[in-house]
Amino acid sequence: MRPAVVVTGISGNLGRTLAKLLHTRERIIGIDRRAFPGKPKDVEMYQLDLRKKKAEDVFRRNDVRAVIHMGIMHDPRMNEEEHHSFNVVGTTRLLEYCAKYGVKKVVVLSSANVYGPSPDNSNFLTEDAPLMAASRFSEVRDLIEVDMLAHGFFWRHPDSQTVILRPVHIVGPNIKNAPSNYLRLKYPWVLAGFDPIVQLIHVEDAARAMIEALRPEARGVYNVVGPGEVPLSAIARELGRSAIPVPHLIARPLLELLFKYHLASFPPPELDHIQFLCAVDGSRWAKDVGWKPRYSMRETIRSVLNE
Amino acid sequence: MLEQLGDELKRRLREWTTSMVGNDLEHRVEQIGHVGNEFGVDPFGFDLDYALAAIAPFLWLYKNYFRVQIFDIDRVPPGRVLLVANHSGQLPLDGAMILVAMLTEARRPRAVRSMVEKWVQTLPYVSTFMARVGQIVGTPENCRRLLEGEEAILVFPEGVRGLGKTWPQRYRLQDFGLGFMRLALETNTPVVPVAVIGAEEQAPSLMNVKPLARMLGFPYLPLTPTIVPLPLPTRYRIYFGEPMKFTGRADEEDAELDKKVAAVKSRLQSMIDAGLKERKHVFS
Repeated sequence: MRPAVVVTGISGNLGRTLAKLLHTRERIIGIDRRAFPGKPKDVEMYQLDLRKKKAEDVFRRNDVRAVIHMGIMHDPRMNEEEHHSFNVVGTTRLLEYCAKYGVKKVVVLSSANVYGPSPDNSNFLTEDAPLMAASRFSEVRDLIEVDMLAHGFFWRHPDSQTVILRPVHIVGPNIKNAPSNYLRLKYPWVLAGFDPIVQLIHVEDAARAMIEALRPEARGVYNVVGPGEVPLSAIARELGRSAIPVPHLIARPLLELLFKYHLASFPPPELDHIQFLCAVDGSRWAKDVGWKPRYSMRETIRSVLNE
Repeated sequence: MLEQLGDELKRRLREWTTSMVGNDLEHRVEQIGHVGNEFGVDPFGFDLDYALAAIAPFLWLYKNYFRVQIFDIDRVPPGRVLLVANHSGQLPLDGAMILVAMLTEARRPRAVRSMVEKWVQTLPYVSTFMARVGQIVGTPENCRRLLEGEEAILVFPEGVRGLGKTWPQRYRLQDFGLGFMRLALETNTPVVPVAVIGAEEQAPSLMNVKPLARMLGFPYLPLTPTIVPLPLPTRYRIYFGEPMKFTGRADEEDAELDKKVAAVKSRLQSMIDAGLKERKHVFS
Protein backbone atom coordinates (compact mmCIF):
# COMPACT_ATOMS: atom_id res chain seq x y z
CA MET A 1 0.00 0.00 0.00
CA ARG A 2 1.11 3.54 -0.73
CA PRO A 3 1.86 5.75 2.28
CA ALA A 4 -1.27 7.71 3.15
CA VAL A 5 -2.25 11.21 4.18
CA VAL A 6 -4.76 11.18 7.03
CA VAL A 7 -7.24 14.06 6.88
CA THR A 8 -9.41 14.70 9.93
CA GLY A 9 -12.62 16.68 9.56
CA ILE A 10 -12.73 15.63 5.93
CA SER A 11 -16.52 15.87 5.70
CA GLY A 12 -16.58 19.59 6.36
CA ASN A 13 -16.62 22.08 3.50
CA LEU A 14 -12.91 22.76 3.70
CA GLY A 15 -12.16 19.02 4.10
CA ARG A 16 -14.20 18.08 1.05
CA THR A 17 -12.59 20.82 -1.00
CA LEU A 18 -9.17 19.61 0.06
CA ALA A 19 -10.01 15.96 -0.68
CA LYS A 20 -11.09 16.86 -4.20
CA LEU A 21 -7.84 18.72 -4.84
CA LEU A 22 -5.57 16.11 -3.30
CA HIS A 23 -7.02 12.66 -4.01
CA THR A 24 -5.57 12.37 -7.50
CA ARG A 25 -2.07 12.84 -6.14
CA GLU A 26 -2.12 11.20 -2.74
CA ARG A 27 -3.72 8.27 -1.02
CA ILE A 28 -6.17 9.89 1.40
CA ILE A 29 -7.65 8.40 4.54
CA GLY A 30 -10.45 10.55 5.90
CA ILE A 31 -11.59 10.58 9.52
CA ASP A 32 -14.79 12.33 10.52
CA ARG A 33 -17.85 11.65 12.63
CA ARG A 34 -19.98 12.90 9.78
CA ALA A 35 -20.54 11.11 6.49
CA PHE A 36 -18.84 12.35 3.34
CA PRO A 37 -21.48 12.48 0.62
CA GLY A 38 -20.03 12.65 -2.86
CA LYS A 39 -16.74 11.24 -1.66
CA PRO A 40 -14.22 10.50 -4.43
CA LYS A 41 -13.98 6.71 -4.80
CA ASP A 42 -10.31 6.46 -3.95
CA VAL A 43 -10.68 8.24 -0.59
CA GLU A 44 -10.80 5.72 2.26
CA MET A 45 -13.20 6.95 4.88
CA TYR A 46 -13.48 6.11 8.56
CA GLN A 47 -16.57 7.53 10.16
CA LEU A 48 -15.45 7.74 13.78
CA ASP A 49 -14.57 10.01 16.65
CA LEU A 50 -10.87 10.80 17.18
CA ARG A 51 -11.30 10.31 20.91
CA LYS A 52 -12.27 6.65 20.42
CA LYS A 53 -9.72 3.86 20.57
CA LYS A 54 -10.69 2.78 17.07
CA ALA A 55 -9.04 5.88 15.65
CA GLU A 56 -5.69 4.42 16.58
CA ASP A 57 -6.33 1.46 14.27
CA VAL A 58 -6.09 3.79 11.31
CA PHE A 59 -2.50 4.52 12.29
CA ARG A 60 -1.72 0.93 13.30
CA ARG A 61 -2.88 -0.54 10.02
CA ASN A 62 -1.62 2.03 7.57
CA ASP A 63 1.64 3.65 6.70
CA VAL A 64 0.72 7.25 7.48
CA ARG A 65 3.15 9.70 5.96
CA ALA A 66 1.30 12.87 6.93
CA VAL A 67 -1.67 14.11 8.93
CA ILE A 68 -3.79 17.13 8.08
CA HIS A 69 -5.85 18.01 11.12
CA MET A 70 -8.96 20.05 10.46
CA GLY A 71 -11.26 18.20 12.80
CA ILE A 72 -11.92 21.26 14.88
CA MET A 73 -15.47 22.25 15.63
CA HIS A 74 -16.75 25.82 15.96
CA ASP A 75 -20.35 25.92 16.97
CA PRO A 76 -21.34 28.65 19.38
CA ARG A 77 -24.58 26.80 20.16
CA MET A 78 -22.92 23.52 21.09
CA ASN A 79 -22.57 22.46 24.70
CA GLU A 80 -19.30 23.96 25.86
CA GLU A 81 -18.00 20.83 27.54
CA GLU A 82 -18.63 18.60 24.54
CA HIS A 83 -17.11 21.22 22.27
CA HIS A 84 -13.99 21.45 24.39
CA SER A 85 -13.59 17.72 24.75
CA PHE A 86 -14.03 17.09 21.05
CA ASN A 87 -11.49 19.73 20.07
CA VAL A 88 -8.88 19.44 22.76
CA VAL A 89 -9.04 15.75 23.65
CA GLY A 90 -9.39 14.87 19.99
CA THR A 91 -6.29 16.86 19.07
CA THR A 92 -4.31 15.44 22.01
CA ARG A 93 -5.11 11.88 20.94
CA LEU A 94 -4.27 12.57 17.33
CA LEU A 95 -0.90 14.07 18.23
CA GLU A 96 -0.20 11.05 20.46
CA TYR A 97 -0.76 8.74 17.50
CA CYS A 98 1.45 10.93 15.33
CA ALA A 99 4.26 10.58 17.87
CA LYS A 100 3.72 6.87 18.46
CA TYR A 101 3.62 5.93 14.78
CA GLY A 102 6.33 8.35 13.72
CA VAL A 103 4.27 10.46 11.34
CA LYS A 104 6.76 12.66 9.50
CA LYS A 105 4.48 15.59 8.72
CA VAL A 106 1.73 17.06 10.88
CA VAL A 107 -0.34 19.95 9.56
CA VAL A 108 -2.74 21.58 12.00
CA LEU A 109 -5.38 24.08 10.97
CA SER A 110 -5.56 26.96 13.41
CA SER A 111 -6.86 30.43 12.54
CA ALA A 112 -5.76 34.05 12.48
CA ASN A 113 -8.59 34.59 14.94
CA VAL A 114 -6.37 33.29 17.72
CA TYR A 115 -4.77 36.76 17.94
CA GLY A 116 -8.13 38.39 18.50
CA PRO A 117 -9.34 41.77 17.25
CA SER A 118 -8.30 44.64 19.48
CA PRO A 119 -7.78 48.41 19.33
CA ASP A 120 -4.19 47.81 20.43
CA ASN A 121 -3.31 45.59 17.51
CA SER A 122 -0.65 46.55 15.01
CA ASN A 123 -1.97 46.59 11.47
CA PHE A 124 -0.22 43.35 10.65
CA LEU A 125 0.33 40.74 13.30
CA THR A 126 3.23 38.38 12.83
CA GLU A 127 3.33 34.78 14.02
CA ASP A 128 5.00 35.72 17.30
CA ALA A 129 2.19 38.04 18.42
CA PRO A 130 0.47 36.88 21.62
CA LEU A 131 -2.74 34.90 21.22
CA MET A 132 -5.11 37.29 22.93
CA ALA A 133 -8.43 36.22 21.49
CA ALA A 134 -9.65 34.41 24.59
CA SER A 135 -9.37 37.53 26.73
CA ARG A 136 -12.55 38.81 25.14
CA PHE A 137 -14.07 35.74 23.57
CA SER A 138 -13.96 32.55 25.60
CA GLU A 139 -15.35 30.44 22.75
CA VAL A 140 -12.03 30.75 20.95
CA ARG A 141 -10.26 29.13 23.87
CA ASP A 142 -10.51 25.71 22.21
CA LEU A 143 -8.89 27.00 19.09
CA ILE A 144 -6.03 28.57 21.01
CA GLU A 145 -5.57 25.40 22.99
CA VAL A 146 -5.39 23.33 19.81
CA ASP A 147 -2.85 25.79 18.43
CA MET A 148 -0.79 25.51 21.63
CA LEU A 149 -1.00 21.71 21.65
CA ALA A 150 0.37 21.67 18.13
CA HIS A 151 3.05 24.13 19.24
CA GLY A 152 4.07 21.83 22.06
CA PHE A 153 4.22 18.93 19.65
CA PHE A 154 6.39 20.96 17.29
CA TRP A 155 9.02 21.48 20.00
CA ARG A 156 8.85 17.99 21.50
CA HIS A 157 9.10 16.11 18.21
CA PRO A 158 11.70 17.78 16.04
CA ASP A 159 11.85 14.63 13.92
CA SER A 160 8.40 15.27 12.53
CA GLN A 161 7.74 18.43 10.59
CA THR A 162 4.90 20.26 12.22
CA VAL A 163 3.06 23.05 10.44
CA ILE A 164 0.48 25.24 12.13
CA LEU A 165 -1.53 27.29 9.69
CA ARG A 166 -3.39 30.38 10.81
CA PRO A 167 -5.47 31.43 7.81
CA VAL A 168 -7.57 34.58 7.79
CA HIS A 169 -11.38 34.36 7.56
CA ILE A 170 -12.25 31.48 5.25
CA VAL A 171 -15.19 32.21 2.99
CA GLY A 172 -16.77 30.37 0.13
CA PRO A 173 -19.89 28.88 -1.34
CA ASN A 174 -21.70 26.70 1.22
CA ILE A 175 -19.25 27.64 3.98
CA LYS A 176 -21.22 28.10 7.15
CA ASN A 177 -18.75 29.86 9.44
CA ALA A 178 -19.43 33.23 11.06
CA PRO A 179 -17.70 35.43 8.45
CA SER A 180 -19.40 33.73 5.49
CA ASN A 181 -22.78 33.80 7.21
CA TYR A 182 -22.28 37.45 8.02
CA LEU A 183 -21.50 38.31 4.41
CA ARG A 184 -24.65 36.52 3.31
CA LEU A 185 -26.89 38.76 5.41
CA LYS A 186 -29.05 41.06 3.29
CA TYR A 187 -29.06 43.69 6.01
CA PRO A 188 -25.88 43.15 7.99
CA TRP A 189 -25.22 45.13 11.14
CA VAL A 190 -22.22 47.35 11.12
CA LEU A 191 -20.98 49.33 14.09
CA ALA A 192 -21.59 52.99 13.33
CA GLY A 193 -18.32 54.74 12.62
CA PHE A 194 -16.18 51.60 12.59
CA ASP A 195 -14.85 50.20 9.37
CA PRO A 196 -11.92 47.90 10.07
CA ILE A 197 -9.70 46.39 7.41
CA VAL A 198 -10.48 42.71 6.97
CA GLN A 199 -8.73 39.84 5.25
CA LEU A 200 -10.52 36.97 3.56
CA ILE A 201 -9.37 33.79 1.91
CA HIS A 202 -11.35 31.64 -0.49
CA VAL A 203 -12.02 28.13 0.80
CA GLU A 204 -10.22 26.62 -2.17
CA ASP A 205 -7.16 28.75 -1.51
CA ALA A 206 -7.29 27.68 2.14
CA ALA A 207 -7.42 24.04 1.03
CA ARG A 208 -4.50 24.63 -1.32
CA ALA A 209 -2.55 26.13 1.55
CA MET A 210 -3.14 22.98 3.63
CA ILE A 211 -1.77 20.95 0.73
CA GLU A 212 1.23 23.26 0.25
CA ALA A 213 1.99 22.68 3.91
CA LEU A 214 2.85 19.07 3.06
CA ARG A 215 5.96 20.30 1.27
CA PRO A 216 9.21 19.81 3.17
CA GLU A 217 10.05 23.55 3.18
CA ALA A 218 7.02 24.30 5.31
CA ARG A 219 7.78 24.05 9.00
CA GLY A 220 6.48 25.93 12.02
CA VAL A 221 3.74 28.51 12.43
CA TYR A 222 2.38 30.46 9.49
CA ASN A 223 -0.20 33.14 8.98
CA VAL A 224 -1.93 32.50 5.67
CA VAL A 225 -3.33 35.51 3.87
CA GLY A 226 -5.60 35.54 0.84
CA PRO A 227 -5.72 38.21 -1.85
CA GLY A 228 -5.21 41.09 0.56
CA GLU A 229 -6.90 43.68 2.72
CA VAL A 230 -10.14 45.53 2.25
CA PRO A 231 -12.36 47.73 4.44
CA LEU A 232 -15.51 46.03 5.69
CA SER A 233 -17.62 48.72 4.00
CA ALA A 234 -16.09 47.93 0.61
CA ILE A 235 -17.17 44.30 0.98
CA ALA A 236 -20.74 45.31 1.79
CA ARG A 237 -20.70 47.58 -1.24
CA GLU A 238 -19.32 44.86 -3.49
CA LEU A 239 -22.08 42.51 -2.39
CA GLY A 240 -24.71 45.24 -2.72
CA ARG A 241 -25.71 45.01 0.93
CA SER A 242 -27.59 47.68 2.83
CA ALA A 243 -25.65 47.77 6.05
CA ILE A 244 -27.48 48.89 9.18
CA PRO A 245 -25.28 51.09 11.35
CA VAL A 246 -25.78 50.33 15.04
CA PRO A 247 -24.04 52.42 17.74
CA HIS A 248 -21.43 50.17 19.30
CA LEU A 249 -22.55 50.94 22.84
CA ILE A 250 -25.97 49.43 22.30
CA ALA A 251 -24.98 46.77 19.77
CA ARG A 252 -23.41 44.48 22.35
CA PRO A 253 -26.25 44.28 24.88
CA LEU A 254 -28.76 44.09 22.03
CA LEU A 255 -27.00 41.20 20.32
CA GLU A 256 -26.59 39.45 23.64
CA LEU A 257 -30.34 39.52 24.07
CA LEU A 258 -31.04 38.41 20.51
CA PHE A 259 -28.51 35.60 20.75
CA LYS A 260 -29.94 34.38 24.02
CA TYR A 261 -33.41 34.08 22.51
CA HIS A 262 -32.09 32.48 19.31
CA LEU A 263 -32.99 35.50 17.21
CA ALA A 264 -29.42 35.97 16.10
CA SER A 265 -26.82 33.37 15.27
CA PHE A 266 -23.75 35.44 16.10
CA PRO A 267 -22.38 35.40 19.63
CA PRO A 268 -21.87 39.01 20.84
CA PRO A 269 -18.05 38.92 21.00
CA GLU A 270 -18.03 38.40 17.23
CA LEU A 271 -18.79 42.13 17.09
CA ASP A 272 -15.12 42.75 17.82
CA HIS A 273 -14.39 41.54 14.31
CA ILE A 274 -16.45 44.32 12.76
CA GLN A 275 -15.10 46.91 15.18
CA PHE A 276 -11.35 46.33 15.53
CA LEU A 277 -8.42 45.15 13.50
CA CYS A 278 -7.20 41.59 13.44
CA ALA A 279 -5.13 41.48 10.28
CA VAL A 280 -2.03 39.38 9.89
CA ASP A 281 1.26 39.46 8.03
CA GLY A 282 1.49 36.45 5.74
CA SER A 283 4.95 37.17 4.36
CA ARG A 284 6.64 34.23 6.09
CA TRP A 285 4.28 31.78 4.39
CA ALA A 286 4.60 33.61 1.07
CA LYS A 287 8.37 33.35 1.28
CA ASP A 288 8.70 29.74 2.44
CA VAL A 289 6.35 28.11 -0.05
CA GLY A 290 6.03 30.84 -2.69
CA TRP A 291 2.38 31.30 -1.79
CA LYS A 292 -0.01 33.00 -4.20
CA PRO A 293 -3.77 32.74 -3.79
CA ARG A 294 -5.68 31.81 -6.96
CA TYR A 295 -8.77 33.87 -6.25
CA SER A 296 -8.79 37.64 -6.52
CA MET A 297 -10.31 39.80 -3.81
CA ARG A 298 -13.44 40.34 -5.82
CA GLU A 299 -13.87 36.62 -6.55
CA THR A 300 -13.25 35.78 -2.92
CA ILE A 301 -15.87 38.24 -1.69
CA ARG A 302 -18.41 37.14 -4.28
CA SER A 303 -17.84 33.46 -3.55
CA VAL A 304 -20.23 33.60 -0.59
CA LEU A 305 -23.07 34.24 -3.03
CA ASN A 306 -22.70 30.92 -4.88
CA GLU A 307 -24.62 28.12 -3.26
CA MET B 1 -29.08 56.23 0.08
CA LEU B 2 -26.43 57.06 2.65
CA GLU B 3 -23.88 55.68 0.25
CA GLN B 4 -24.87 58.06 -2.57
CA LEU B 5 -24.87 60.91 -0.11
CA GLY B 6 -21.37 59.93 0.96
CA ASP B 7 -20.18 59.69 -2.63
CA GLU B 8 -21.67 63.07 -3.47
CA LEU B 9 -20.04 64.65 -0.43
CA LYS B 10 -16.73 63.09 -1.36
CA ARG B 11 -16.99 64.44 -4.90
CA ARG B 12 -17.75 67.96 -3.72
CA LEU B 13 -14.96 67.96 -1.16
CA ARG B 14 -12.54 66.70 -3.77
CA GLU B 15 -13.54 69.58 -6.05
CA TRP B 16 -12.99 71.97 -3.17
CA THR B 17 -9.51 70.57 -2.64
CA THR B 18 -8.73 70.95 -6.34
CA SER B 19 -9.98 74.53 -6.35
CA MET B 20 -7.69 75.39 -3.44
CA VAL B 21 -4.57 73.61 -4.66
CA GLY B 22 -4.99 74.31 -8.35
CA ASN B 23 -4.12 72.16 -11.34
CA ASP B 24 -0.93 71.19 -9.63
CA LEU B 25 -2.90 68.66 -7.57
CA GLU B 26 -3.02 65.86 -10.14
CA HIS B 27 0.71 66.09 -10.66
CA ARG B 28 1.33 66.01 -6.93
CA VAL B 29 -0.92 63.02 -6.47
CA GLU B 30 1.04 61.12 -9.12
CA GLN B 31 4.30 61.84 -7.34
CA ILE B 32 3.04 60.32 -4.13
CA GLY B 33 2.87 56.94 -5.81
CA HIS B 34 0.05 55.57 -3.69
CA VAL B 35 -0.51 51.89 -4.34
CA GLY B 36 -4.14 51.05 -3.74
CA ASN B 37 -5.86 47.77 -4.55
CA GLU B 38 -9.02 47.44 -6.65
CA PHE B 39 -10.92 48.94 -3.71
CA GLY B 40 -8.67 51.99 -3.53
CA VAL B 41 -6.93 51.24 -0.24
CA ASP B 42 -3.40 50.25 0.58
CA PRO B 43 -2.86 47.38 3.05
CA PHE B 44 -3.04 49.82 5.96
CA GLY B 45 -6.44 51.11 4.86
CA PHE B 46 -5.12 54.40 3.48
CA ASP B 47 -7.36 55.63 0.67
CA LEU B 48 -5.76 58.52 -1.22
CA ASP B 49 -8.98 59.39 -2.98
CA TYR B 50 -10.78 59.68 0.34
CA ALA B 51 -7.85 61.59 1.80
CA LEU B 52 -7.89 64.19 -0.98
CA ALA B 53 -11.55 64.83 -0.24
CA ALA B 54 -11.17 64.75 3.53
CA ILE B 55 -8.27 67.17 3.44
CA ALA B 56 -10.42 70.03 2.05
CA PRO B 57 -11.58 71.56 5.36
CA PHE B 58 -8.06 71.27 6.77
CA LEU B 59 -6.66 72.87 3.66
CA TRP B 60 -9.10 75.72 4.16
CA LEU B 61 -7.96 76.11 7.77
CA TYR B 62 -4.37 75.95 6.58
CA LYS B 63 -4.81 78.74 4.06
CA ASN B 64 -7.41 81.01 5.61
CA TYR B 65 -7.59 80.40 9.32
CA PHE B 66 -4.13 79.53 10.55
CA ARG B 67 -2.49 81.13 7.45
CA VAL B 68 0.38 78.68 7.81
CA GLN B 69 3.89 79.84 6.97
CA ILE B 70 6.37 77.13 6.03
CA PHE B 71 10.13 77.30 6.39
CA ASP B 72 12.67 74.97 4.78
CA ILE B 73 10.21 72.21 3.99
CA ASP B 74 12.51 70.83 1.31
CA ARG B 75 14.98 69.75 3.95
CA VAL B 76 12.83 66.64 4.27
CA PRO B 77 14.83 63.99 2.41
CA PRO B 78 13.27 61.46 0.04
CA GLY B 79 12.78 57.93 1.32
CA ARG B 80 12.29 56.88 4.91
CA VAL B 81 12.24 59.72 7.39
CA LEU B 82 10.96 60.46 10.88
CA LEU B 83 9.49 63.92 11.37
CA VAL B 84 9.67 64.76 15.05
CA ALA B 85 7.48 67.67 16.13
CA ASN B 86 6.28 69.43 19.24
CA HIS B 87 2.69 68.62 20.06
CA SER B 88 0.13 71.03 21.46
CA GLY B 89 -3.22 72.69 21.04
CA GLN B 90 -5.64 70.21 22.69
CA LEU B 91 -6.79 69.07 19.24
CA PRO B 92 -4.09 67.54 17.00
CA LEU B 93 -4.39 70.21 14.29
CA ASP B 94 -0.62 70.64 14.35
CA GLY B 95 -0.37 67.18 12.86
CA ALA B 96 -2.99 67.98 10.24
CA MET B 97 -1.19 71.17 9.21
CA ILE B 98 2.14 69.35 8.80
CA LEU B 99 0.35 66.75 6.67
CA VAL B 100 -1.26 69.42 4.48
CA ALA B 101 2.08 71.20 4.10
CA MET B 102 3.89 68.05 3.00
CA LEU B 103 1.16 67.24 0.53
CA THR B 104 0.65 70.66 -1.02
CA GLU B 105 3.83 72.67 -0.46
CA ALA B 106 6.77 70.30 -0.51
CA ARG B 107 8.69 70.10 -3.77
CA ARG B 108 8.54 66.33 -3.38
CA PRO B 109 5.02 65.87 -2.04
CA ARG B 110 4.64 63.13 0.54
CA ALA B 111 1.65 61.50 2.13
CA VAL B 112 2.93 61.66 5.68
CA ARG B 113 1.64 59.07 8.09
CA SER B 114 1.49 59.89 11.72
CA MET B 115 1.46 57.58 14.67
CA VAL B 116 -1.77 57.99 16.59
CA GLU B 117 -2.82 56.92 20.07
CA LYS B 118 -4.28 53.44 20.48
CA TRP B 119 -7.21 55.13 22.18
CA VAL B 120 -8.23 56.59 18.83
CA GLN B 121 -9.06 53.10 17.58
CA THR B 122 -11.90 52.87 20.07
CA LEU B 123 -13.60 56.03 18.78
CA PRO B 124 -16.32 55.65 16.16
CA TYR B 125 -15.90 57.70 12.97
CA VAL B 126 -12.57 59.09 14.17
CA SER B 127 -10.92 55.67 13.90
CA THR B 128 -12.20 55.16 10.37
CA PHE B 129 -11.32 58.69 9.30
CA MET B 130 -7.78 58.34 10.63
CA ALA B 131 -7.22 55.02 8.86
CA ARG B 132 -8.49 56.30 5.50
CA VAL B 133 -6.28 59.36 5.56
CA GLY B 134 -3.26 57.19 6.27
CA GLN B 135 -2.82 57.61 10.01
CA ILE B 136 -1.65 54.53 11.83
CA VAL B 137 -1.84 53.23 15.38
CA GLY B 138 1.49 54.00 16.99
CA THR B 139 2.90 50.58 17.65
CA PRO B 140 6.61 49.95 17.03
CA GLU B 141 5.73 47.17 14.57
CA ASN B 142 3.63 49.54 12.47
CA CYS B 143 6.31 52.20 12.49
CA ARG B 144 9.04 49.74 11.54
CA ARG B 145 6.99 48.32 8.71
CA LEU B 146 6.25 51.76 7.26
CA LEU B 147 9.84 52.97 7.54
CA GLU B 148 11.02 49.84 5.79
CA GLY B 149 8.52 50.76 3.09
CA GLU B 150 10.33 54.14 2.74
CA GLU B 151 7.46 56.19 4.15
CA ALA B 152 7.58 59.53 5.96
CA ILE B 153 6.38 59.15 9.55
CA LEU B 154 5.33 61.98 11.82
CA VAL B 155 5.81 61.40 15.51
CA PHE B 156 5.10 63.54 18.52
CA PRO B 157 7.38 62.10 21.20
CA GLU B 158 5.58 64.17 23.82
CA GLY B 159 2.38 62.28 23.03
CA VAL B 160 -0.71 63.38 24.93
CA ARG B 161 1.54 65.04 27.50
CA GLY B 162 2.22 67.60 24.80
CA LEU B 163 -1.22 67.78 23.27
CA GLY B 164 -2.92 68.36 26.61
CA LYS B 165 -0.43 70.80 28.05
CA THR B 166 -1.76 73.79 29.93
CA TRP B 167 -1.16 77.48 29.21
CA PRO B 168 1.91 78.00 31.44
CA GLN B 169 3.64 75.00 29.79
CA ARG B 170 3.41 76.40 26.25
CA TYR B 171 6.52 75.97 24.12
CA ARG B 172 8.20 73.96 26.89
CA LEU B 173 8.77 70.50 25.52
CA GLN B 174 7.43 67.76 27.76
CA ASP B 175 9.21 64.46 28.34
CA PHE B 176 10.10 62.66 25.14
CA GLY B 177 9.41 58.97 24.63
CA LEU B 178 12.42 56.94 23.49
CA GLY B 179 10.59 54.70 21.04
CA PHE B 180 11.21 56.84 17.97
CA MET B 181 14.97 56.82 18.52
CA ARG B 182 15.05 53.05 18.86
CA LEU B 183 13.22 52.79 15.54
CA ALA B 184 15.44 55.41 13.88
CA LEU B 185 18.53 53.42 14.87
CA GLU B 186 17.05 50.08 13.96
CA THR B 187 15.92 51.15 10.50
CA ASN B 188 18.70 53.67 9.87
CA THR B 189 16.24 56.51 9.41
CA PRO B 190 17.11 60.24 9.49
CA VAL B 191 15.23 62.41 11.99
CA VAL B 192 13.92 65.80 10.89
CA PRO B 193 12.89 68.05 13.79
CA VAL B 194 9.79 70.10 13.05
CA ALA B 195 8.91 73.11 15.19
CA VAL B 196 5.31 74.25 15.15
CA ILE B 197 4.74 77.80 16.37
CA GLY B 198 1.21 79.04 16.92
CA ALA B 199 -0.58 75.83 17.82
CA GLU B 200 0.46 76.20 21.43
CA GLU B 201 -1.74 79.29 21.80
CA GLN B 202 -4.70 78.08 19.74
CA ALA B 203 -6.68 76.71 22.69
CA PRO B 204 -5.30 77.89 26.04
CA SER B 205 -5.99 75.22 28.61
CA LEU B 206 -6.38 76.53 32.14
CA MET B 207 -6.28 73.10 33.65
CA ASN B 208 -6.53 69.43 32.84
CA VAL B 209 -9.71 68.10 34.48
CA LYS B 210 -8.29 64.69 35.30
CA PRO B 211 -11.18 63.06 37.18
CA LEU B 212 -13.65 63.88 34.42
CA ALA B 213 -11.17 62.74 31.78
CA ARG B 214 -10.80 59.43 33.59
CA MET B 215 -14.55 59.07 33.84
CA LEU B 216 -15.01 59.57 30.10
CA GLY B 217 -12.00 57.46 29.21
CA PHE B 218 -10.19 60.41 27.63
CA PRO B 219 -6.43 60.77 27.96
CA TYR B 220 -6.94 64.37 29.22
CA LEU B 221 -9.71 66.94 29.33
CA PRO B 222 -8.80 70.62 29.01
CA LEU B 223 -10.74 73.45 30.59
CA THR B 224 -10.51 76.30 28.09
CA PRO B 225 -12.12 79.75 28.10
CA THR B 226 -14.40 78.55 25.30
CA ILE B 227 -15.31 75.39 27.31
CA VAL B 228 -14.70 73.13 24.30
CA PRO B 229 -11.17 73.54 22.93
CA LEU B 230 -12.14 75.48 19.81
CA PRO B 231 -8.94 76.75 18.21
CA LEU B 232 -8.34 80.50 17.95
CA PRO B 233 -7.04 81.84 14.61
CA THR B 234 -3.43 81.98 15.69
CA ARG B 235 -0.92 82.12 12.88
CA TYR B 236 1.04 78.88 12.40
CA ARG B 237 4.72 78.92 11.52
CA ILE B 238 6.24 75.54 10.79
CA TYR B 239 10.01 75.18 10.69
CA PHE B 240 11.73 72.12 9.27
CA GLY B 241 15.21 71.43 10.62
CA GLU B 242 18.25 69.78 9.03
CA PRO B 243 17.99 65.97 9.00
CA MET B 244 19.83 64.41 11.95
CA LYS B 245 21.55 61.06 11.44
CA PHE B 246 22.13 58.76 14.38
CA THR B 247 24.19 55.63 14.58
CA GLY B 248 24.37 53.02 17.27
CA ARG B 249 22.59 49.94 18.47
CA ALA B 250 18.82 50.00 18.76
CA ASP B 251 18.84 47.76 21.82
CA GLU B 252 21.09 50.04 23.85
CA GLU B 253 20.19 50.92 27.40
CA ASP B 254 17.74 53.73 27.91
CA ALA B 255 20.50 55.99 29.29
CA GLU B 256 22.36 55.82 25.97
CA LEU B 257 19.22 56.42 23.95
CA ASP B 258 18.36 59.28 26.27
CA LYS B 259 21.45 61.18 25.12
CA LYS B 260 20.45 60.89 21.48
CA VAL B 261 16.85 61.82 22.23
CA ALA B 262 18.08 64.81 24.25
CA ALA B 263 20.00 65.98 21.17
CA VAL B 264 16.79 65.97 19.13
CA LYS B 265 14.87 67.62 21.92
CA SER B 266 17.35 70.42 22.40
CA ARG B 267 17.56 71.04 18.66
CA LEU B 268 13.78 71.24 18.53
CA GLN B 269 13.63 73.52 21.57
CA SER B 270 16.15 75.90 20.03
CA MET B 271 14.18 75.93 16.76
CA ILE B 272 11.07 76.77 18.77
CA ASP B 273 12.87 79.55 20.64
CA ALA B 274 14.22 81.01 17.41
CA GLY B 275 10.79 80.81 15.81
CA LEU B 276 9.20 82.60 18.75
CA LYS B 277 11.78 85.37 18.50
CA GLU B 278 11.06 85.87 14.80
CA ARG B 279 7.35 86.13 15.38
CA LYS B 280 5.88 89.59 15.89
CA HIS B 281 2.42 88.67 17.05
CA VAL B 282 0.44 85.54 17.91
CA PHE B 283 -2.26 86.30 15.38
CA SER B 284 -0.20 87.71 12.52
